[in-house]
Amino acid sequence: MFSLDLDALTGCLVSPACVVTQTTSGLIIGMLLFLVAVGLTLIFGVLKVVNFSHGAFYMFGAYFAMTSYQLTGSFTLAVLCGAAGTAVLGLIFERVFMSQVYGANVLMQLLVCYAFVLIFDDVVRMVWGPEFKSMGMPAAFQVMPLFIAGGVVPPYYLLLIGVALAAAIVLGLGLARSRIGKVIRAAAHNPAMVSALGINTGLIYGGVFALGCMLAGLAGALAAPVRSLTPGMGFAVLIESFIVTVIGGMGSILGALIGALLLGLIRSFGSLGFPLFTEGLMYLFMVIVLVARPAGLFGKEIA
Amino acid sequence: MSELQAGQSAEPLSVPRAQQRSQRFWYRDLLVALAAFVLLAILPLFFGSKALLDFVIRCSAFGLFATSLNLLVGYTGMISFGHGMFFGLGAYGFGLIMQKTGVPVPVAFLATLAITAVVATVIGAICVRLKEIYFAFVTLAFQMLIHSTILSWVSLTGGDQGLRGGIPRPVFLGLDLSNHIHLYITSCALLVIGLLAMRQITQSPFGYTLRMIRDNAGRASFIGIDVWRAKLTIFVLAALFATTGGVVMSLFVSGAYPEFAYWTISGEGIFINMLGGISTFLGPMVGTVLLLILNDTVTRLTEYYGIVLGIVILFFAIGLRKGLMDFVVEWYAQRGGNGGRD
Repeated sequence: MFSLDLDALTGCLVSPACVVTQTTSGLIIGMLLFLVAVGLTLIFGVLKVVNFSHGAFYMFGAYFAMTSYQLTGSFTLAVLCGAAGTAVLGLIFERVFMSQVYGANVLMQLLVCYAFVLIFDDVVRMVWGPEFKSMGMPAAFQVMPLFIAGGVVPPYYLLLIGVALAAAIVLGLGLARSRIGKVIRAAAHNPAMVSALGINTGLIYGGVFALGCMLAGLAGALAAPVRSLTPGMGFAVLIESFIVTVIGGMGSILGALIGALLLGLIRSFGSLGFPLFTEGLMYLFMVIVLVARPAGLFGKEIA
Repeated sequence: MSELQAGQSAEPLSVPRAQQRSQRFWYRDLLVALAAFVLLAILPLFFGSKALLDFVIRCSAFGLFATSLNLLVGYTGMISFGHGMFFGLGAYGFGLIMQKTGVPVPVAFLATLAITAVVATVIGAICVRLKEIYFAFVTLAFQMLIHSTILSWVSLTGGDQGLRGGIPRPVFLGLDLSNHIHLYITSCALLVIGLLAMRQITQSPFGYTLRMIRDNAGRASFIGIDVWRAKLTIFVLAALFATTGGVVMSLFVSGAYPEFAYWTISGEGIFINMLGGISTFLGPMVGTVLLLILNDTVTRLTEYYGIVLGIVILFFAIGLRKGLMDFVVEWYAQRGGNGGRD
C-alpha cells in the first residue's frame, strides 16, 4: 500500500556516511522544530493558551528575513530583523487580541487564532505574492561542506544547530536562575498573587508571548535559506511543533528539545524507509506516546 | 451558560414528568421535521433555479456536518478540531465503494457508516480521555494523518487529484441520483432525518448526561456515570452524522477531493457553530446557511477570502462573544418567552 523501502533504510544504517548525513538533516529539522515548539510550550505554560497562530509567526520570520537580506545583504541583520519583527508583531497581537480571550473557553481562543491564521496568510499573499520564494544561501556559507566519516555536513547546518542549542540553554538557565525567570515561573503558577505583590502581570504575559513569537520568528529566519517560502508554510510547522509539545509534555522545555530531536530523526530516517508515509510515522509515534504516557514524556500531569 | 439555567428549570428529579415532556417534544419535533421536509420538497415547484437547489444540497452536507460537531462542542464540551476527518472519510468511503463494487446506493451508504463507526471507535478510544486543548489537537493530528494517508495512497484514492471519474449512481427502486431533482430530494430527506435523529439524542436522558459531563465531569463520574464511555458514544454518533454529510457532498460533486479531509473543513465547522451559536439545536444550521452565503458572496468579490472571513470571525469571537442564534434567543427571552432553549 505505501511504498515501503526497507532495503534503503537498512542499507543506510550500515553505512556511517549515510548515518551521518541523515542524522545531521534530522538534527536541523529537529532544531528548527524545537525553536517553534519551545515558544508554543512557553506561551502555554505561562498564559495557559495555545497559540494556534504560532506557525504564522514562523512564516513572518522567514519573510522578514528574506526581505531584509535582499535590502541589506547582511545575513546577521536578516536574522535579527526576522526575530525582532515577529516579537513586535507578537506583542501587538497579544495585547490587542489574545488578552481579550484569557479565561474564556478554549473555543474562543482557537477561533481568534484561527481568524489570524487566515488573515496572516492572506496578508503575506498580498505583500509578497502567492508564489514560492527562496532566499538563497548567504555567501559566507557557500563553502565546501565538511565531511565527517564520509557524510556530508554543510557548515550552515552547524550554525543552525549551534544557535538553537544556545537558545535552549539561555532559556533553560534564564527561567531557572534569573530574577525575571523566577517572576515568570511565579506568574505561571499563581498570577493573582504575583499581581498582588505589585508586579505587572500584563507586561509579563505580553513579554512571554512576544518571546515565544520571537523564537518562532528566529526559526523562520534561520530556515529561510534552506526552505522555500510560501503563504501557509507555517501550518505544517505548527502541527509538527504541536506534536513535539504533546510528545515532550506541554510546558516542558527539555521535553520540547527531546521531542523535537526525536521527530526530526524520525522524519529524516523515515523518509528513507517510508518515502510516502513520513508524515504518517510522526502521527503514529505521537499516538504511541499518548497511549503510553498521556501527559507526554516529560509532562507532569494533564490539567 | 444559558443551558445551565434551562437545566435548573427542567426539574430533573421528577422522572414521570420528564418522560411526558420528552414525549411531547418528540411529537413537536416530528411535526416540525415533516413540515420542513414538505417545504423543502415543494421548493423546486416554485423556484426551479439550479443554483438554489445546489445551495440547499450544499447546506444539507455542511449542515449535517456542523450540527453533528455541535453534539460534541455544544452539548458535551468536547472541542474537536478534527471532526472534518469523518466528513472526508464519508466522501471517500462512499465514492470508493460505489466505484469499486457497484452495489446499490443504500448498501454503500450503510457500509460507509459501518467503516466510519469502526474508525471513529478506534480514534475516539484514544482521544476522548484527553481534555480540552489536548483533545482538540490530537483530533487535529488524526485529521492530518487521514489527510496524508489520502494523499499518499495514490493507487486507491488518486492522491492530490482526488477521486475522479465520477461516482456511478445506479437507479435503486426508481430513485435515480444522477437526476438533479432526485438528488435534491434525497439530500433534503437525509438532512431532515439526520437532524431529527440528532435532536432525539440531545433530548434523551443520554443527551442530558452529556450536558452534565460538559458542566461538571467530576460530578457525573461521582454519581456513577461512565464518562469515558458516554464521550466515546457521542464521538462515534457524531462521526456517523458527519459521514452522512460527506456522502451527500460526494454525491453532489460526484467525486471526493483531499480538501474534504483537510483541517480547514474542521475549522469551518467550528466557525459555523460559532456563527450560528452553540446553545440552540438549530444554531449550527443557521450558521451553515450564513457561512455558505458569505462564502459565495466574498469569493465573488475578492480573492483575499481569508482576510474577510477572519475579520468576520473576530467580530463574532471578540465583539459579540456569541453566535447569532444565541443572540436571538436572549433577545426573545428578555421579551418574556422561554426562547425554546434546551
